Amino acid sequence: MTIKELVEVLDAEVLTPELSLDLEVKGGYVSDLLSDVMAHAKEGDLWITLQTHLNIVAVASLKSVSGIVVVNNRRPGAETLKKAVEEGIPILTTPHTSFEIAGRLYQFLNAEKV
Amino acid sequence: MKGGSGAVLNKSMEKNYEGSFHIVGGDFSRAGEASTELKSILQSLGIEKEIVRRASIATFEAEMNIIIYATAGILRYVITPEEIRIIAEDMGPGIEDIELAMQEGYSTAPEWVREMGWGSGMGLPNMKKNSDEFYIDSVVGEGTRVEMVIRRQIFSEGRSNDH
Ligand SMILES: Nc1ncnc2c1ncn2[C@@H]1O[C@H](COP(=O)(O)OP(=O)(O)OP(=O)(O)O)[C@@H](O)[C@H]1O
Ligand SMILES: [Mg+2]
Repeated sequence: MTIKELVEVLDAEVLTPELSLDLEVKGGYVSDLLSDVMAHAKEGDLWITLQTHLNIVAVASLKSVSGIVVVNNRRPGAETLKKAVEEGIPILTTPHTSFEIAGRLYQFLNAEKV
Repeated sequence: MKGGSGAVLNKSMEKNYEGSFHIVGGDFSRAGEASTELKSILQSLGIEKEIVRRASIATFEAEMNIIIYATAGILRYVITPEEIRIIAEDMGPGIEDIELAMQEGYSTAPEWVREMGWGSGMGLPNMKKNSDEFYIDSVVGEGTRVEMVIRRQIFSEGRSNDH
């Protein structure tokens, strides 16, 4: 499943329209602790977080996640989005909680496997 | 920062590659620049993905600790056909009790740094887990030096998994 296919499912708004959303989402990881993401997120995961500052882009890029979903209606600032575009990391925002987003993502990824 | 060899690299990897990055303490806006550049150097050398992954994690955590705790530091790397060696040396407060600092969950990061999602006390354990050799040395009031070796052989001994 690609990020593009998930946008609607997650009620998300794409904050990096410059970037392609055709990246394959292989799984998900939920965490607001950056060293935890460094340790446990996998390549191709969609990272669900409420962090919005600039450093999330470096973490996402080093871990080669497929993208970032920022929850609870939070919005990263222009600096973060600019960096995300430079690094090729799509960022989405959604009004839902991490719990809700993880649940929807889990359901859709597993439904796809059946 | 910079000073890294950014130039086009030869994939045959017959010689050694080395370079360094200057890290400015407190400059969160540039966090990850050194690690990201080193990662692309490793990739351009055609180094195996899993090795690049481990080196990137270890380097990034070292870079972050300099930014969070120290005044300034240097991150050096030496890439040979056998290994990737990363040395992070800083001028900073040093670490009083290294054994304690190495424990997962121990952190002295201030509240505002924790709000950013740093300070979970996982950085040093992450560095150790992702390297085949890990050395740390620190003098209170002077600084800290971390040296990490990641062997490029796929089935190296003493390799630890991070899951
Ligand atoms: N370069 C350094 N200079 C001074 N103190 C350090 C340095 N690196 C680590 N420390 C000390 O060791 C503690 C543990 O470091 P570690 O990287 O494991 O976790 P952290 O930085 O607190 O949190 P995280 O890495 O999860 O964001 C730090 O809180 C700090 O007290
Ligand atoms: Mg740390």
